[in-house]
Amino acid sequence: MAFLEIENYTKRFGNTEVLKGISFTLEKGEVLAIIGSSGGGKTTLLRCLNFLEMPDTGVLRLNGETLFDAEQDRRASDADIREKRLHFGLVFQQFNLFPQYTVLRNITLAQTLLAKADYRAKCAECRAQLRAAPKDKRAALRAEQKRVLAQIRDGQKQRIEENALRLLERVGLTEKKNAYPFELSGGQQQRVAIARALALSPDILCFDEPTSALDPELTGEVLKVIKGLKSSDSTMIVVTHEMEFAKNVADHVIFMADGVIEEEGTPAEVFENPKSEKTAAFLRKSTEDLFD
Amino acid sequence: MNFFFEVTLNLLSGFGVTLLIFAATLVFALPLGLVLSFGSMSSFKPLKAVVKVFVWIIRGTPLMLQILVVYYGPALIFGWGFLERVVAVIVAFVINYACYFSEIYRGGIQSISKGQYEAGQVLGMTRSQIFFRVVLLQVIKRIVPPMSNEIITLVKDTSLARIIVVEEILKVAYDYTIKGTIWPLFYTAVYYLIFVGILTLLFGYIEKKLNYFRV
Ligand SMILES: Nc1ncnc2c1ncn2[C@@H]1O[C@H](COP(=O)(O)OP(=O)(O)O)[C@@H](O)[C@H]1O
Ligand SMILES: [Mg+2]
Repeated sequence: MAFLEIENYTKRFGNTEVLKGISFTLEKGEVLAIIGSSGGGKTTLLRCLNFLEMPDTGVLRLNGETLFDAEQDRRASDADIREKRLHFGLVFQQFNLFPQYTVLRNITLAQTLLAKADYRAKCAECRAQLRAAPKDKRAALRAEQKRVLAQIRDGQKQRIEENALRLLERVGLTEKKNAYPFELSGGQQQRVAIARALALSPDILCFDEPTSALDPELTGEVLKVIKGLKSSDSTMIVVTHEMEFAKNVADHVIFMADGVIEEEGTPAEVFENPKSEKTAAFLRKSTEDLFD
Repeated sequence: MNFFFEVTLNLLSGFGVTLLIFAATLVFALPLGLVLSFGSMSSFKPLKAVVKVFVWIIRGTPLMLQILVVYYGPALIFGWGFLERVVAVIVAFVINYACYFSEIYRGGIQSISKGQYEAGQVLGMTRSQIFFRVVLLQVIKRIVPPMSNEIITLVKDTSLARIIVVEEILKVAYDYTIKGTIWPLFYTAVYYLIFVGILTLLFGYIEKKLNYFRV
């Protein structure tokens, strides 16, 4: 049983069918590269995995459990979808950092908000306990609760910040923790965006052409970070135009064209021995582009 | 000297009315404008259409006319009593400025890239967290310059209130002119200039405060 199983994902916008039945599996710790010419539906697929779009049909299983089934979940509530989303992370082509926050705050914000919601739930629990307690015991109980809650809150804050600093070290930007996004190069911004996505420890991290908005000399540092994540056992899906990267880093490659998986296999199979004529043509074209 | 002192005090009390119209307009029109802007961006088509037509009418007709309609309209059309004059002026100003503000808000909100919302979404934030934690400050930064323009215009628009004989500063000064003394009219400029000067400094300060990041 694979870690991630996608079964028959379809998606249409109006009259155009953008995904025409996508099925694939991914093992834990593997890196999947998705290649293909633009308009093929790669971004739409990633957006469906992160529930920014809802697939029209299809089933998503994670770790053997059905996380999403279009039949039932088409009308899932906002809260349900948010919870499903947390299994996935997404790094955008355009970084999309929050400009008004420092690098550190960009990374800690989402986790802090989740922790706050947790904390509030705990407070409500405590209040219920207090109401149920006999009157003469309440004062003592209240003092005890106060102590515990303060401990939780301080602990959360420290844990979140330490986690963020560790991630910043991993993407090599410790000294930029107090900088604002506009003070960083594109490559640095993208590395922060990767750290931000990692902060919520998603089961699967998706990248949508993470280097396409960067100057050529900056792509290397970002690809290096992604490659570094592989050795730490992250499961990743990377949509990319960097064929060398796909060849060297991916365990599995999917070539998408016109909303279907035209070909898939190991990098060696897809790059050295493409079975489909479309794949071969695409690969020829992308090597030609390299020498333009 | 005594007369100068008297004029100064009378103009000051007139300027009190001016400030009342100004402050009341801001207090009600700023939030109402936000509500209208959400209406004009609504995905519910009929609501959107109604708001758009309303904004078009208000922005397409003179504020002076709107004051007259608010003051005389209810009495002439429905036979109701008249509103207190200054209340009628404030109602007309609130409606008028809410429409202008709504367009500024809309521009500000729509200028925020979809990517900001989506980044919040994939990080598991709720809609309100995305609005308040991610989008709002960026919108504020964008709208401070057009807002300060509009608000400074409002200071001077208050002089339209004299059309229904509200004793704001220009009306007070004009009454002197009718009695043959013209300089109090020019003297009002000092009051306007001082107040607009303070507002300009305030907006400059806010802009500078928000300069620590770029959108
Ligand atoms: N929100 C949308 N509404 C309508 N059409 C869309 C939308 N998003 C994507 N498409 C269309 O879907 C097709 C696939 O787009 P996309 O998933 O971005 O492909 P890729 O990432 O492979 O370039 C394109 O033809 C695009 O125009
Ligand atoms: Mg794309």
